[in-house]
Amino acid sequence: MSKFRPLTAYEEPLRDGYQLLPFRFTRLDDNDYVVTNQAGEFLVIDRSTLSDLVRHELPSTGLAYNDLKSKHVLTDADSSVATELLALKVRTKLRRLADFTSLHLFVVSLRCEHSCPYCQVSRQSDDKLAFDMTPETADKALELVFRSPSPALKIEFQGGEPLLNFPLIRHVVLKAETLNQVAGRDLQFVIATNLALLDDEVLDFCRAHDVLLSTSLDGPPDLHNLNRPRPGGDSYERTVRGIHRARGVLGRDRVSALMTTTQASLPRAREIIDEYIRQGFDGIFLRALSPYGFAIKTKSFTAYDMEKWLGFYFDGLDYILEMNKAGHFFAEHYATTILTKMLTPFDTGYVDLMSPAGIGIAAVVYNYDGNVYASDEGRMLAEMGDTTFRLGNVHNDQYEDIFLSDNLLQPLEESFASSAPMCSDCAFEPWCGADPVFHYATQGDFVGRKPESAFCTRHMAIVRRLITMMRDDENARDIFLRWVNP
Amino acid sequence: MLKLGGTDLEFRNWPADREKLIARVSDQPHRVRPLREGEAYLVKGETPPPGFRCYLAIRSHADLLAGLSDDEMQVVLPDEYDYLADGDVVRLIPGQNRIRVIYRRRSRHNSFLTTERCNNYCLMCSQPPREIDDSWIVDEILETIPLMDPATAEIGLTGGEPTLLGADFFRILKMLAAYLPRTAIHILSNGRQFADPDFAQRYAEVGHSDMMVGIPIYSDVSTVHDYVVQADGAFDETIQGILNLKRLRQRVEVRVVVHKQTYQRLPQLAEFLARNLTFVDHIALMGLEITGFTKPNRRDLWIDPADYQSELYQAATLLAGHRMHVSIYNHQLCLLDPRLMPLAKKSISDWKNEYMPECADCREMNSCGGFFSSAKLRYSDHIKPFL
Repeated sequence: MSKFRPLTAYEEPLRDGYQLLPFRFTRLDDNDYVVTNQAGEFLVIDRSTLSDLVRHELPSTGLAYNDLKSKHVLTDADSSVATELLALKVRTKLRRLADFTSLHLFVVSLRCEHSCPYCQVSRQSDDKLAFDMTPETADKALELVFRSPSPALKIEFQGGEPLLNFPLIRHVVLKAETLNQVAGRDLQFVIATNLALLDDEVLDFCRAHDVLLSTSLDGPPDLHNLNRPRPGGDSYERTVRGIHRARGVLGRDRVSALMTTTQASLPRAREIIDEYIRQGFDGIFLRALSPYGFAIKTKSFTAYDMEKWLGFYFDGLDYILEMNKAGHFFAEHYATTILTKMLTPFDTGYVDLMSPAGIGIAAVVYNYDGNVYASDEGRMLAEMGDTTFRLGNVHNDQYEDIFLSDNLLQPLEESFASSAPMCSDCAFEPWCGADPVFHYATQGDFVGRKPESAFCTRHMAIVRRLITMMRDDENARDIFLRWVNP
Repeated sequence: MLKLGGTDLEFRNWPADREKLIARVSDQPHRVRPLREGEAYLVKGETPPPGFRCYLAIRSHADLLAGLSDDEMQVVLPDEYDYLADGDVVRLIPGQNRIRVIYRRRSRHNSFLTTERCNNYCLMCSQPPREIDDSWIVDEILETIPLMDPATAEIGLTGGEPTLLGADFFRILKMLAAYLPRTAIHILSNGRQFADPDFAQRYAEVGHSDMMVGIPIYSDVSTVHDYVVQADGAFDETIQGILNLKRLRQRVEVRVVVHKQTYQRLPQLAEFLARNLTFVDHIALMGLEITGFTKPNRRDLWIDPADYQSELYQAATLLAGHRMHVSIYNHQLCLLDPRLMPLAKKSISDWKNEYMPECADCREMNSCGGFFSSAKLRYSDHIKPFL
């Protein structure tokens, strides 16, 4: 007679059956379903397993039982620690909320010497000083920045072309640094610039004050210059020269680039990616075109077919994955954002994919004229005459008025994905965002009808693809894990 | 294998009423006088200096003791104890002709067995628990700590289950904090006591700056873990204990022994750790030691490590991929998936660490952790020297 009891003795409590913890499921393909728990952990199971699970007929001796128990989809009398772990994981996912607004965008000028048809803002020609932010306005905005409780504050200068109002950038950086001597935050600066006007004065200043540069690179020369016209037609040459010059002074990882997708980009995903590799980047954000500003006015959005864009995106993603398999590390940043939600306990600060939405409470925009907007897209709507997302003005309103305004709280509350129609039942919701501005812009409603939402279509398609890739290809999962934990 | 204790000593001139002596060993002939009174002098060559509490010599050097007077307490040790050196601490029990080497100053592998009692009864326990009153051990540890070199790099607390000592557990820790503030303290515990928030709080209040608790989790599923540790409810208490410790910002290591009952869900366990216990400080994936309960349970536990490399690789790379700090212990390099070799640590304590005849010409022997001495009973069929 052994002093040791067999495994079956420890499985006695399982005889009483199991309880389901809150979970959601969505069909993946003919055979498989995706099951997600409250914290965004997922499993792919077949239809009959899912059917057994919900009928409480899943045998406790099977592999699926332990997998579902381990992922906190079900719980049984043998263990009660699941609920505490789930609560911990949900808290971890949402922990950014407590920090409140960390990204503060300063639109220091609407002027620009480029004339890109897709430009998201109502660009002004570069001699109209009336569209520059004044030091008085900037000072008021800075007061609001430091009212945010966030331990990390990032101030991003954008435009127009912000370097056209560089004296103001200098003013804001110096003033913020002074304020921070008392405030003691983790303070960071970024200039979003086309680099065409980059000079030594700017670079020296950026180096001395640890300012990051973020630029636009749309692809190979002909595509970039087609997308981004400027006098002389030399946007690509100036950008690339600027990137390398800036890296030489600031450091390789202090300069990043964003691309914008246009109709002309669609057949050329691989060339665009190659251009990023050629310029020494280790990742790319294959962006969708947004429906705002000139993009709507010029109909370049409506002509835009989401299916076509997805074709472009998946072609690029496949190409990038091949490259990684061959040993070259290169990440796609949109996928990385979603994968971080899927594969790690943490969430990202990417505003478009937050729920509650990131508007105002993760990022806020101070326009050149002192108007405060819940997001950059909200500012663009205002440029088109719709001030729904205007939260106030730095000259007239207090911090409390701005961040407790109905123009912020109402879209936040209504769009919260966990309680939005269709989203609340969607297995992919833990990885999704609310984006009330997009839905308002396209459907006139903060929530929107999800089957008609390009945001929903795009996100669902990408998630399905990512899960399928990981299910069918062990290498893909390893590569994705490296993207989320570089 | 180093012999750390035995009953084959010869005690000379010890008073009959002397039950036991815990003494620091010295080999310094010019040792300052006041310190000699508490120390055991290790006789190696020259005429032994006077004034030490007692004199030790290995059998080959026993004739050197002849120079001492008849009232000096002397001990003749078997030659196996020739590793004894200055600063070591020994326990001598004349009535049983017994010695125990409690502390070796030059070793990185010192540990105190704090109690033999345990509330788990693990299938593969290397130190089978006994339900006895062994509270004398605590007094001995408290007596030893002040004798140890403050520069000691690391000291382990093992059992049994050290936390079952309750108040005495904290007395030991506080003594360590007071005398060895720069020594890393590593405690092997099943973590269950820390499920009591007050107990965890008392631990956090010890105030030693470099303490870590190594806590085993054998499965992501409660039934399997409870079976391996032969205790209902252990999984929940262990997880709760880890959560409480980390809430108090204490350092925690998760230890997983890989054997026939645990290897299959190793990848799932890795994912469970990555998602639920991301904040633990270290994870050790460990090979089985064929000693203690593992011997009678060998049939249920032994699997050739060569046969679980796929699971081990998946688990280790997943944890490393999540940027968790993961190591592989107790595995011979020639058995490991070559991609795992950078994670392998030389983890086996020096006194029970050996190599097999196959290893004789292996060029990786110096970087390989080798075997537990007990591996002579059973080790992999796939040991192959790197030539």
